[in-house]
Amino acid sequence: MNEAGTTVIEARNLDLTFQTNDGPIHALKDVNLAINKGDFVSFIGPSGCGKTTFLRCIAALETPTGGALTVNGMTPDEARRSRAYGYVFQAAGLYPWRTIAKNIKLPLEIMGYSSAEQDERVNKVLELVDLAGFGGKFPWQLSGGMQQRASIARALAFDADILLMDEPFGALDEIVRDHLNEQLLALWARTEKTIGFVTHSIPEAVYLSTKIVVMSPRPGRITDVIDSPLPKERPLDIRDTPEFIEVAHRVREGLRAGHGDDV
Amino acid sequence: MKQIIAVLTVIAALVVVWYAACIPMNIKGVLTEQERAGAEVQPPSAKDRRDLSEIGLALNNSFAIPATWEQDRPRLPAPHQVAIELWETTVQKKITSKRSLIYHGWVTLSATMLGFAIGTGLGILLAVGIVHSRVMDLSVMPWAIVSQTIPIIALAPMIIVVLYSVGIQGIIPKAIISAYLSFFPVVVGMVKGLRSPDAMQLDLLRTYNASRSQGFWKLRLPASMPYLFTSLKIGVAASLVGAIVGELPTGAVAGLGARLLAGSYYGQTVQIWSALFAAAILAACLVGLLGLIERAVLKRMGMAQ
Repeated sequence: MNEAGTTVIEARNLDLTFQTNDGPIHALKDVNLAINKGDFVSFIGPSGCGKTTFLRCIAALETPTGGALTVNGMTPDEARRSRAYGYVFQAAGLYPWRTIAKNIKLPLEIMGYSSAEQDERVNKVLELVDLAGFGGKFPWQLSGGMQQRASIARALAFDADILLMDEPFGALDEIVRDHLNEQLLALWARTEKTIGFVTHSIPEAVYLSTKIVVMSPRPGRITDVIDSPLPKERPLDIRDTPEFIEVAHRVREGLRAGHGDDV
Repeated sequence: MKQIIAVLTVIAALVVVWYAACIPMNIKGVLTEQERAGAEVQPPSAKDRRDLSEIGLALNNSFAIPATWEQDRPRLPAPHQVAIELWETTVQKKITSKRSLIYHGWVTLSATMLGFAIGTGLGILLAVGIVHSRVMDLSVMPWAIVSQTIPIIALAPMIIVVLYSVGIQGIIPKAIISAYLSFFPVVVGMVKGLRSPDAMQLDLLRTYNASRSQGFWKLRLPASMPYLFTSLKIGVAASLVGAIVGELPTGAVAGLGARLLAGSYYGQTVQIWSALFAAAILAACLVGLLGLIERAVLKRMGMAQ
Protein backbone atom coordinates (compact mmCIF):
# COMPACT_ATOMS: atom_id res chain seq x y z
CA MET A 1 0.00 0.00 0.00
CA ASN A 2 2.80 2.38 0.83
CA GLU A 3 4.39 2.52 -2.60
CA ALA A 4 4.25 5.88 -4.28
CA GLY A 5 2.15 6.10 -7.39
CA THR A 6 -0.92 4.31 -6.06
CA THR A 7 -4.01 6.24 -7.05
CA VAL A 8 -6.06 7.15 -3.99
CA ILE A 9 -8.54 9.59 -5.49
CA GLU A 10 -9.79 9.26 -9.03
CA ALA A 11 -12.42 11.32 -10.84
CA ARG A 12 -13.70 10.40 -14.29
CA ASN A 13 -16.02 12.68 -16.27
CA LEU A 14 -17.32 14.08 -13.01
CA ASP A 15 -20.34 16.34 -13.33
CA LEU A 16 -22.28 18.26 -10.71
CA THR A 17 -25.27 20.49 -11.38
CA PHE A 18 -26.99 22.34 -8.55
CA GLN A 19 -30.71 23.00 -9.01
CA THR A 20 -31.37 26.48 -7.68
CA ASN A 21 -34.29 28.88 -7.89
CA ASP A 22 -32.43 30.77 -10.59
CA GLY A 23 -32.12 27.62 -12.68
CA PRO A 24 -29.43 24.96 -12.80
CA ILE A 25 -25.83 25.86 -11.98
CA HIS A 26 -23.16 23.75 -13.59
CA ALA A 27 -20.66 23.60 -10.74
CA LEU A 28 -18.42 20.87 -12.17
CA LYS A 29 -18.14 19.75 -15.75
CA ASP A 30 -16.25 16.78 -17.07
CA VAL A 31 -13.61 16.71 -14.34
CA ASN A 32 -10.91 14.08 -14.81
CA LEU A 33 -8.18 13.78 -12.23
CA ALA A 34 -6.06 11.16 -10.51
CA ILE A 35 -4.39 11.89 -7.19
CA ASN A 36 -1.63 9.56 -6.10
CA LYS A 37 -0.70 8.50 -2.64
CA GLY A 38 1.51 11.09 -0.96
CA ASP A 39 0.63 13.85 -3.42
CA PHE A 40 0.14 17.40 -2.26
CA VAL A 41 -2.49 18.65 -4.68
CA SER A 42 -3.61 22.27 -4.78
CA PHE A 43 -6.82 23.39 -6.43
CA ILE A 44 -6.61 26.97 -7.59
CA GLY A 45 -9.01 29.19 -9.46
CA PRO A 46 -11.33 32.17 -9.07
CA SER A 47 -14.45 31.89 -6.94
CA GLY A 48 -17.17 29.82 -8.52
CA CYS A 49 -14.72 27.53 -10.32
CA GLY A 50 -15.83 24.51 -8.31
CA LYS A 51 -12.61 23.91 -6.40
CA THR A 52 -14.33 23.73 -3.04
CA THR A 53 -17.22 21.80 -4.56
CA PHE A 54 -14.78 19.21 -5.92
CA LEU A 55 -13.17 18.87 -2.48
CA ARG A 56 -16.62 18.48 -0.94
CA CYS A 57 -17.43 15.76 -3.49
CA ILE A 58 -14.34 13.86 -2.40
CA ALA A 59 -15.51 14.24 1.21
CA ALA A 60 -19.04 13.07 0.27
CA LEU A 61 -20.45 16.39 1.48
CA GLU A 62 -21.82 16.88 -2.04
CA THR A 63 -23.07 14.23 -4.42
CA PRO A 64 -21.97 14.41 -8.06
CA THR A 65 -24.74 14.20 -10.63
CA GLY A 66 -22.65 12.37 -13.20
CA GLY A 67 -19.38 10.53 -13.77
CA ALA A 68 -17.41 8.41 -11.33
CA LEU A 69 -15.41 9.29 -8.25
CA THR A 70 -13.48 6.87 -6.09
CA VAL A 71 -11.61 7.47 -2.85
CA ASN A 72 -9.32 4.64 -1.72
CA GLY A 73 -11.12 2.49 -4.29
CA MET A 74 -14.49 3.10 -2.61
CA THR A 75 -17.32 5.50 -3.28
CA PRO A 76 -16.80 8.81 -1.44
CA ASP A 77 -19.62 7.99 0.96
CA GLU A 78 -18.09 4.61 1.85
CA ALA A 79 -14.78 6.39 2.32
CA ARG A 80 -16.45 8.92 4.60
CA ARG A 81 -18.03 6.17 6.66
CA SER A 82 -14.68 4.41 6.97
CA ARG A 83 -13.20 7.73 8.09
CA ALA A 84 -10.71 7.87 5.25
CA TYR A 85 -10.03 11.59 5.42
CA GLY A 86 -9.67 14.52 7.77
CA TYR A 87 -11.25 17.78 6.66
CA VAL A 88 -10.03 21.26 7.56
CA PHE A 89 -12.50 24.05 6.93
CA GLN A 90 -11.94 27.68 6.11
CA ALA A 91 -12.69 28.64 9.72
CA ALA A 92 -11.22 26.69 12.59
CA GLY A 93 -14.69 25.85 13.91
CA LEU A 94 -13.44 24.84 17.34
CA TYR A 95 -16.14 24.35 19.97
CA PRO A 96 -15.93 27.32 22.34
CA TRP A 97 -17.00 25.14 25.28
CA ARG A 98 -14.15 22.69 24.81
CA THR A 99 -10.48 23.22 25.53
CA ILE A 100 -8.03 22.71 22.66
CA ALA A 101 -7.27 19.17 23.87
CA LYS A 102 -10.97 18.38 24.20
CA ASN A 103 -11.61 19.79 20.73
CA ILE A 104 -9.00 17.46 19.30
CA LYS A 105 -10.60 14.61 21.21
CA LEU A 106 -13.96 15.29 19.56
CA PRO A 107 -13.42 12.98 16.56
CA LEU A 108 -11.70 10.45 18.80
CA GLU A 109 -14.69 10.36 21.16
CA ILE A 110 -17.05 9.96 18.23
CA MET A 111 -14.94 7.15 16.78
CA GLY A 112 -14.76 5.39 20.14
CA TYR A 113 -11.07 5.53 21.00
CA SER A 114 -10.17 4.59 24.58
CA SER A 115 -9.42 7.56 26.80
CA ALA A 116 -5.78 6.56 27.26
CA GLU A 117 -5.38 6.42 23.50
CA GLN A 118 -7.17 9.77 23.17
CA ASP A 119 -4.68 11.46 25.52
CA GLU A 120 -1.75 9.92 23.71
CA ARG A 121 -2.98 11.04 20.30
CA VAL A 122 -3.80 14.54 21.49
CA ASN A 123 -0.27 14.98 22.78
CA LYS A 124 1.16 13.62 19.54
CA VAL A 125 -0.79 15.90 17.21
CA LEU A 126 -0.40 18.96 19.43
CA GLU A 127 3.33 18.50 19.07
CA LEU A 128 2.94 17.96 15.33
CA VAL A 129 1.29 21.37 14.89
CA ASP A 130 3.61 23.04 17.39
CA LEU A 131 0.93 23.62 20.04
CA ALA A 132 2.35 21.47 22.82
CA GLY A 133 1.33 22.97 26.17
CA PHE A 134 -1.78 24.70 24.80
CA GLY A 135 -4.11 21.73 25.31
CA GLY A 136 -5.72 23.24 28.40
CA LYS A 137 -6.52 26.59 26.77
CA PHE A 138 -9.90 27.55 25.42
CA PRO A 139 -10.13 28.56 21.75
CA TRP A 140 -10.73 32.25 22.50
CA GLN A 141 -7.41 32.35 24.33
CA LEU A 142 -5.56 31.51 21.08
CA SER A 143 -4.75 33.62 18.03
CA GLY A 144 -6.44 32.90 14.70
CA GLY A 145 -3.36 31.10 13.36
CA MET A 146 -3.10 28.93 16.46
CA GLN A 147 -6.79 28.09 16.25
CA GLN A 148 -6.36 26.98 12.65
CA ARG A 149 -3.39 24.83 13.66
CA ALA A 150 -5.55 23.27 16.36
CA SER A 151 -8.18 22.48 13.76
CA ILE A 152 -5.50 20.81 11.61
CA ALA A 153 -4.43 18.81 14.66
CA ARG A 154 -8.06 17.76 15.08
CA ALA A 155 -8.11 16.48 11.48
CA LEU A 156 -4.85 14.61 12.04
CA ALA A 157 -5.87 13.01 15.33
CA PHE A 158 -7.38 9.91 13.77
CA ASP A 159 -5.62 7.75 11.23
CA ALA A 160 -6.92 9.17 7.98
CA ASP A 161 -4.44 8.95 5.09
CA ILE A 162 -6.05 11.83 3.27
CA LEU A 163 -6.17 15.42 4.49
CA LEU A 164 -8.61 17.72 2.70
CA MET A 165 -8.12 21.42 3.33
CA ASP A 166 -10.51 24.09 2.12
CA GLU A 167 -8.69 27.45 2.11
CA PRO A 168 -7.50 26.81 5.65
CA PHE A 169 -5.29 29.90 5.77
CA GLY A 170 -7.56 32.17 3.74
CA ALA A 171 -8.54 34.33 6.69
CA LEU A 172 -5.01 34.79 8.06
CA ASP A 173 -2.48 37.52 7.33
CA GLU A 174 0.47 36.84 5.06
CA ILE A 175 3.16 36.52 7.70
CA VAL A 176 1.17 33.94 9.66
CA ARG A 177 0.27 32.23 6.41
CA ASP A 178 3.93 31.87 5.33
CA HIS A 179 4.76 30.39 8.69
CA LEU A 180 1.87 27.94 8.56
CA ASN A 181 2.74 26.95 4.98
CA GLU A 182 6.24 26.04 6.11
CA GLN A 183 4.85 24.05 9.00
CA LEU A 184 2.34 22.32 6.77
CA LEU A 185 5.11 21.15 4.43
CA ALA A 186 7.10 19.82 7.38
CA LEU A 187 4.01 18.07 8.67
CA TRP A 188 3.28 16.57 5.26
CA ALA A 189 6.87 15.28 5.04
CA ARG A 190 6.57 13.66 8.46
CA THR A 191 3.15 12.11 8.07
CA GLU A 192 3.26 11.18 4.34
CA LYS A 193 -0.42 11.97 3.98
CA THR A 194 -2.13 12.72 0.72
CA ILE A 195 -3.29 16.32 0.82
CA GLY A 196 -5.94 18.10 -1.20
CA PHE A 197 -5.64 21.85 -0.69
CA VAL A 198 -7.97 24.55 -1.99
CA THR A 199 -6.53 28.04 -2.30
CA HIS A 200 -6.76 31.14 -4.43
CA SER A 201 -3.21 32.24 -3.77
CA ILE A 202 -0.77 31.40 -6.59
CA PRO A 203 2.41 31.56 -4.45
CA GLU A 204 0.78 29.36 -1.81
CA ALA A 205 -0.26 26.76 -4.39
CA VAL A 206 3.16 26.68 -6.09
CA TYR A 207 5.08 26.64 -2.83
CA LEU A 208 3.13 23.76 -1.31
CA SER A 209 2.14 21.45 -4.11
CA THR A 210 3.52 18.53 -6.04
CA LYS A 211 0.56 18.90 -8.36
CA ILE A 212 -1.38 22.08 -9.13
CA VAL A 213 -4.87 21.84 -10.56
CA VAL A 214 -5.95 25.06 -12.27
CA MET A 215 -9.69 25.47 -12.53
CA SER A 216 -12.01 27.97 -14.17
CA PRO A 217 -15.65 28.91 -13.64
CA ARG A 218 -18.94 28.71 -15.56
CA PRO A 219 -18.98 25.77 -15.81
CA GLY A 220 -16.40 24.70 -13.20
CA ARG A 221 -13.75 22.68 -14.97
CA ILE A 222 -10.05 21.82 -14.93
CA THR A 223 -8.04 23.86 -17.40
CA ASP A 224 -4.52 22.72 -16.50
CA VAL A 225 -2.76 20.18 -14.30
CA ILE A 226 0.83 21.08 -13.50
CA ASP A 227 3.25 18.57 -11.98
CA SER A 228 5.66 20.70 -10.02
CA PRO A 229 9.37 20.29 -10.84
CA LEU A 230 10.33 21.73 -7.45
CA PRO A 231 12.18 19.44 -5.01
CA LYS A 232 10.44 18.08 -1.93
CA GLU A 233 12.66 20.13 0.36
CA ARG A 234 11.38 23.69 0.11
CA PRO A 235 12.78 26.52 2.17
CA LEU A 236 10.71 29.72 1.96
CA ASP A 237 13.28 31.40 -0.33
CA ILE A 238 12.64 28.80 -3.02
CA ARG A 239 10.01 31.32 -4.07
CA ASP A 240 12.77 33.46 -5.60
CA THR A 241 14.19 30.71 -7.84
CA PRO A 242 13.55 30.72 -11.62
CA GLU A 243 11.80 27.31 -11.40
CA PHE A 244 9.31 28.65 -8.90
CA ILE A 245 8.65 31.77 -10.95
CA GLU A 246 8.19 29.68 -14.07
CA VAL A 247 5.59 27.43 -12.41
CA ALA A 248 3.82 30.47 -10.98
CA HIS A 249 3.79 31.99 -14.44
CA ARG A 250 2.22 28.86 -15.92
CA VAL A 251 -0.47 28.86 -13.21
CA ARG A 252 -1.23 32.50 -13.95
CA GLU A 253 -1.45 31.77 -17.69
CA GLY A 254 -3.82 28.88 -16.94
CA LEU A 255 -6.04 31.09 -14.82
CA ARG A 256 -6.09 33.79 -17.48
CA ALA A 257 -6.91 31.31 -20.26
CA GLY A 258 -9.71 29.82 -18.18
CA HIS A 259 -11.22 33.21 -17.61
CA GLY A 260 -11.55 33.79 -21.36
CA ASP A 261 -13.25 37.07 -22.16
CA ASP A 262 -15.02 37.19 -18.80
CA VAL A 263 -12.43 39.54 -17.37
CA MET B 1 -20.26 54.17 42.17
CA LYS B 2 -21.62 56.45 39.46
CA GLN B 3 -24.08 53.71 38.54
CA ILE B 4 -25.30 53.35 42.11
CA ILE B 5 -25.97 57.09 42.32
CA ALA B 6 -27.83 56.98 39.02
CA VAL B 7 -29.95 54.03 40.16
CA LEU B 8 -30.72 55.67 43.51
CA THR B 9 -31.69 58.90 41.72
CA VAL B 10 -34.17 57.05 39.54
CA ILE B 11 -35.63 55.24 42.55
CA ALA B 12 -35.88 58.49 44.50
CA ALA B 13 -37.67 60.14 41.57
CA LEU B 14 -40.16 57.26 41.41
CA VAL B 15 -40.83 57.51 45.15
CA VAL B 16 -41.41 61.26 44.86
CA VAL B 17 -43.87 60.73 41.99
CA TRP B 18 -45.58 58.04 44.06
CA TYR B 19 -46.00 60.29 47.12
CA ALA B 20 -47.24 63.09 44.88
CA ALA B 21 -49.76 60.75 43.26
CA CYS B 22 -51.12 59.77 46.70
CA ILE B 23 -52.38 63.34 47.24
CA PRO B 24 -55.00 63.56 44.46
CA MET B 25 -55.80 59.84 44.74
CA ASN B 26 -56.64 59.98 48.44
CA ILE B 27 -57.70 63.60 49.03
CA LYS B 28 -61.47 63.07 48.74
CA GLY B 29 -61.49 60.21 51.24
CA VAL B 30 -59.28 62.18 53.61
CA LEU B 31 -61.51 65.26 53.42
CA THR B 32 -64.59 63.16 54.22
CA GLU B 33 -62.82 61.75 57.28
CA GLN B 34 -61.64 65.25 58.33
CA GLU B 35 -65.13 66.66 57.92
CA ARG B 36 -66.53 63.91 60.17
CA ALA B 37 -63.82 64.69 62.69
CA GLY B 38 -64.99 68.29 62.76
CA ALA B 39 -62.32 70.04 60.72
CA GLU B 40 -63.20 72.93 58.43
CA VAL B 41 -63.12 71.70 54.91
CA GLN B 42 -63.53 73.75 51.69
CA PRO B 43 -66.14 73.29 50.31
CA PRO B 44 -67.83 71.86 53.40
CA SER B 45 -70.21 69.24 51.94
CA ALA B 46 -69.17 65.98 50.25
CA LYS B 47 -71.81 66.58 47.61
CA ASP B 48 -70.11 69.82 46.50
CA ARG B 49 -66.68 68.23 46.57
CA ARG B 50 -67.72 65.34 44.36
CA ASP B 51 -67.34 67.10 41.03
CA LEU B 52 -64.31 69.25 41.90
CA SER B 53 -60.85 68.32 40.70
CA GLU B 54 -58.67 66.48 43.22
CA ILE B 55 -55.73 68.78 42.71
CA GLY B 56 -57.84 71.86 43.36
CA LEU B 57 -59.22 70.30 46.55
CA ALA B 58 -55.73 69.48 47.75
CA LEU B 59 -54.62 73.08 47.17
CA ASN B 60 -57.65 74.50 49.01
CA ASN B 61 -57.22 72.12 51.94
CA SER B 62 -53.46 71.88 52.19
CA PHE B 63 -53.71 71.06 55.92
CA ALA B 64 -55.10 67.64 54.92
CA ILE B 65 -52.23 66.67 52.63
CA PRO B 66 -50.13 64.80 55.23
CA ALA B 67 -53.19 62.70 56.05
CA THR B 68 -53.30 61.39 52.45
CA TRP B 69 -50.17 59.39 53.28
CA GLU B 70 -51.55 57.95 56.51
CA GLN B 71 -55.01 56.58 55.69
CA ASP B 72 -56.08 53.14 56.88
CA ARG B 73 -57.62 52.17 53.58
CA PRO B 74 -56.25 54.57 50.98
CA ARG B 75 -57.01 54.26 47.33
CA LEU B 76 -53.26 54.47 46.76
CA PRO B 77 -51.12 53.61 49.78
CA ALA B 78 -47.94 55.61 50.26
CA PRO B 79 -44.55 53.87 49.83
CA HIS B 80 -43.78 53.79 53.54
CA GLN B 81 -47.16 52.19 54.28
CA VAL B 82 -46.39 49.38 51.85
CA ALA B 83 -42.87 49.05 53.24
CA ILE B 84 -44.16 48.82 56.83
CA GLU B 85 -46.78 46.26 55.84
CA LEU B 86 -44.10 44.21 54.03
CA TRP B 87 -41.84 44.40 57.08
CA GLU B 88 -44.61 43.45 59.50
CA THR B 89 -45.89 40.54 57.43
CA THR B 90 -42.48 39.04 56.69
CA VAL B 91 -39.99 39.70 59.47
CA GLN B 92 -42.37 40.29 62.38
CA LYS B 93 -44.78 37.41 61.73
CA LYS B 94 -44.08 33.77 62.38
CA ILE B 95 -43.85 32.03 59.04
CA THR B 96 -46.58 29.62 60.13
CA SER B 97 -49.02 32.53 60.52
CA LYS B 98 -51.75 32.88 57.90
CA ARG B 99 -50.84 36.55 57.70
CA SER B 100 -47.18 35.96 56.96
CA LEU B 101 -46.19 36.89 53.40
CA ILE B 102 -43.36 34.39 53.65
CA TYR B 103 -45.93 31.65 54.20
CA HIS B 104 -48.03 32.85 51.25
CA GLY B 105 -44.92 33.43 49.16
CA TRP B 106 -43.80 29.86 49.82
CA VAL B 107 -47.19 28.47 48.76
CA THR B 108 -46.90 30.35 45.47
CA LEU B 109 -43.20 29.60 45.08
CA SER B 110 -43.67 25.85 45.45
CA ALA B 111 -46.33 25.85 42.71
CA THR B 112 -44.06 28.09 40.62
CA MET B 113 -41.08 25.78 40.95
CA LEU B 114 -43.09 22.66 40.14
CA GLY B 115 -44.68 24.40 37.16
CA PHE B 116 -41.34 25.76 36.02
CA ALA B 117 -39.82 22.28 36.18
CA ILE B 118 -42.70 20.78 34.21
CA GLY B 119 -42.68 23.65 31.69
CA THR B 120 -38.93 23.56 31.21
CA GLY B 121 -38.86 19.77 30.79
CA LEU B 122 -41.76 19.87 28.36
CA GLY B 123 -40.24 22.82 26.49
CA ILE B 124 -36.89 21.11 26.05
CA LEU B 125 -38.52 17.84 24.93
CA LEU B 126 -40.70 19.67 22.40
CA ALA B 127 -37.70 21.64 21.11
CA VAL B 128 -35.67 18.45 20.65
CA GLY B 129 -38.59 16.92 18.76
CA ILE B 130 -39.08 20.01 16.63
CA VAL B 131 -35.40 20.17 15.69
CA HIS B 132 -35.16 16.48 14.83
CA SER B 133 -38.49 15.86 13.16
CA ARG B 134 -39.89 17.84 10.28
CA VAL B 135 -43.38 16.57 11.08
CA MET B 136 -43.14 17.93 14.62
CA ASP B 137 -41.69 21.19 13.34
CA LEU B 138 -44.72 21.68 11.11
CA SER B 139 -47.34 20.41 13.56
CA VAL B 140 -46.23 21.44 17.06
CA MET B 141 -44.84 24.91 16.55
CA PRO B 142 -48.09 26.53 15.31
CA TRP B 143 -50.00 25.05 18.25
CA ALA B 144 -47.39 26.25 20.70
CA ILE B 145 -47.83 29.76 19.33
CA VAL B 146 -51.63 29.54 19.36
CA SER B 147 -51.54 28.30 22.95
CA GLN B 148 -49.98 31.59 24.03
CA THR B 149 -52.63 33.73 22.34
CA ILE B 150 -55.38 32.38 24.65
CA PRO B 151 -55.69 34.64 27.71
CA ILE B 152 -54.53 32.57 30.65
CA ILE B 153 -57.07 34.27 32.90
CA ALA B 154 -59.82 32.67 30.75
CA LEU B 155 -58.16 29.29 30.60
CA ALA B 156 -57.12 28.96 34.23
CA PRO B 157 -60.61 28.34 35.71
CA MET B 158 -61.28 25.66 33.08
CA ILE B 159 -58.03 23.87 33.84
CA ILE B 160 -58.84 23.94 37.55
CA VAL B 161 -62.42 22.73 37.04
CA VAL B 162 -61.44 19.94 34.66
CA LEU B 163 -58.65 18.72 36.92
CA TYR B 164 -60.91 18.94 39.98
CA SER B 165 -63.48 16.76 38.26
CA VAL B 166 -60.89 14.02 37.87
CA GLY B 167 -59.88 14.42 41.48
CA ILE B 168 -56.73 16.52 41.09
CA GLN B 169 -56.47 19.59 43.29
CA GLY B 170 -54.00 21.48 45.42
CA ILE B 171 -50.63 22.36 43.99
CA ILE B 172 -50.94 20.42 40.69
CA PRO B 173 -53.50 22.61 38.88
CA LYS B 174 -51.55 25.74 39.76
CA ALA B 175 -48.34 24.12 38.60
CA ILE B 176 -49.96 23.13 35.31
CA ILE B 177 -51.15 26.69 34.65
CA SER B 178 -47.67 27.88 35.54
CA ALA B 179 -46.11 25.30 33.20
CA TYR B 180 -48.51 26.36 30.46
CA LEU B 181 -47.00 29.85 30.53
CA SER B 182 -43.37 28.85 30.98
CA PHE B 183 -42.93 26.11 28.38
CA PHE B 184 -43.27 28.48 25.45
CA PRO B 185 -40.17 30.69 25.90
CA VAL B 186 -38.19 27.51 26.56
CA VAL B 187 -39.41 25.91 23.31
CA VAL B 188 -38.64 29.00 21.26
CA GLY B 189 -35.21 29.60 22.83
CA MET B 190 -34.23 25.95 22.77
CA VAL B 191 -35.23 25.47 19.11
CA LYS B 192 -33.12 28.48 18.20
CA GLY B 193 -30.26 27.21 20.36
CA LEU B 194 -30.32 23.66 19.02
CA ARG B 195 -30.31 25.07 15.50
CA SER B 196 -27.51 27.54 16.22
CA PRO B 197 -24.59 25.37 14.98
CA ASP B 198 -23.80 26.49 11.43
CA ALA B 199 -23.50 24.35 8.32
CA MET B 200 -19.75 24.02 8.74
CA GLN B 201 -20.10 22.57 12.24
CA LEU B 202 -22.64 20.05 10.96
CA ASP B 203 -20.43 19.18 7.97
CA LEU B 204 -17.53 18.61 10.33
CA LEU B 205 -19.52 16.02 12.28
CA ARG B 206 -20.54 14.43 8.98
CA THR B 207 -16.90 13.99 8.02
CA TYR B 208 -16.47 12.06 11.29
CA ASN B 209 -19.50 9.95 10.37
CA ALA B 210 -21.04 10.97 13.70
CA SER B 211 -24.49 9.63 14.55
CA ARG B 212 -27.44 11.94 15.15
CA SER B 213 -27.34 11.39 18.88
CA GLN B 214 -23.62 12.18 18.98
CA GLY B 215 -24.36 15.36 17.07
CA PHE B 216 -27.02 16.20 19.63
CA TRP B 217 -24.99 15.57 22.77
CA LYS B 218 -21.66 16.89 21.55
CA LEU B 219 -22.72 19.84 19.41
CA ARG B 220 -26.36 20.91 19.52
CA LEU B 221 -26.98 20.65 23.25
CA PRO B 222 -23.86 22.49 24.46
CA ALA B 223 -24.34 25.12 21.74
CA SER B 224 -27.88 25.75 22.97
CA MET B 225 -26.92 26.50 26.59
CA PRO B 226 -26.72 30.32 26.34
CA TYR B 227 -30.11 30.33 24.58
CA LEU B 228 -31.59 28.01 27.20
CA PHE B 229 -30.64 30.27 30.09
CA THR B 230 -32.10 33.34 28.40
CA SER B 231 -35.37 31.43 27.95
CA LEU B 232 -35.32 30.10 31.49
CA LYS B 233 -35.16 33.63 32.87
CA ILE B 234 -38.26 34.60 30.90
CA GLY B 235 -39.86 31.25 31.73
CA VAL B 236 -39.45 31.50 35.49
CA ALA B 237 -41.06 34.94 35.58
CA ALA B 238 -43.94 33.60 33.48
CA SER B 239 -44.20 30.63 35.85
CA LEU B 240 -44.72 32.94 38.80
CA VAL B 241 -47.42 34.85 36.95
CA GLY B 242 -49.07 31.52 36.11
CA ALA B 243 -49.02 30.34 39.71
CA ILE B 244 -50.57 33.60 40.93
CA VAL B 245 -53.23 33.54 38.22
CA GLY B 246 -53.91 29.92 39.20
CA GLU B 247 -54.71 31.06 42.74
CA LEU B 248 -57.26 33.67 41.69
CA PRO B 249 -60.25 31.72 40.37
CA THR B 250 -60.27 29.01 43.05
CA GLY B 251 -60.71 31.42 45.90
CA ALA B 252 -57.56 29.85 47.26
CA VAL B 253 -56.91 30.57 50.92
CA ALA B 254 -53.13 30.68 50.61
CA GLY B 255 -50.62 32.12 48.19
CA LEU B 256 -49.77 35.57 46.90
CA GLY B 257 -52.73 35.36 44.51
CA ALA B 258 -55.03 34.67 47.45
CA ARG B 259 -53.58 37.68 49.27
CA LEU B 260 -54.29 39.86 46.22
CA LEU B 261 -57.84 38.54 46.00
CA ALA B 262 -58.57 38.90 49.74
CA GLY B 263 -57.13 42.40 49.71
CA SER B 264 -59.43 43.44 46.89
CA TYR B 265 -62.50 41.85 48.58
CA TYR B 266 -61.94 43.81 51.76
CA GLY B 267 -60.55 47.02 50.23
CA GLN B 268 -57.18 46.38 51.87
CA THR B 269 -55.09 48.25 49.33
CA VAL B 270 -51.99 48.16 51.50
CA GLN B 271 -52.26 44.38 51.55
CA ILE B 272 -52.68 44.25 47.76
CA TRP B 273 -49.67 46.42 47.16
CA SER B 274 -47.49 44.53 49.57
CA ALA B 275 -48.50 41.23 47.92
CA LEU B 276 -47.65 42.78 44.54
CA PHE B 277 -44.26 43.85 45.79
CA ALA B 278 -43.66 40.46 47.36
CA ALA B 279 -44.39 38.86 43.96
CA ALA B 280 -42.07 41.30 42.20
CA ILE B 281 -39.27 40.71 44.71
CA LEU B 282 -39.76 36.96 44.42
CA ALA B 283 -39.57 37.16 40.61
CA ALA B 284 -36.44 39.32 40.79
CA CYS B 285 -34.81 36.80 43.14
CA LEU B 286 -35.70 33.87 40.86
CA VAL B 287 -34.36 35.62 37.75
CA GLY B 288 -31.27 36.72 39.67
CA LEU B 289 -30.66 33.18 40.89
CA LEU B 290 -30.92 31.86 37.33
CA GLY B 291 -28.48 34.55 36.25
CA LEU B 292 -25.98 33.31 38.83
CA ILE B 293 -26.43 29.69 37.73
CA GLU B 294 -26.01 30.80 34.11
CA ARG B 295 -22.75 32.56 34.93
CA ALA B 296 -21.43 29.56 36.82
CA VAL B 297 -22.41 27.03 34.15
CA LEU B 298 -21.12 29.04 31.20
CA LYS B 299 -17.91 29.77 33.05
CA ARG B 300 -17.44 26.10 33.78
CA MET B 301 -18.08 25.34 30.12
CA GLY B 302 -15.47 27.94 29.15
CA MET B 303 -18.02 30.02 27.25
CA ALA B 304 -17.91 33.07 29.52
CA GLN B 305 -14.75 34.98 28.87
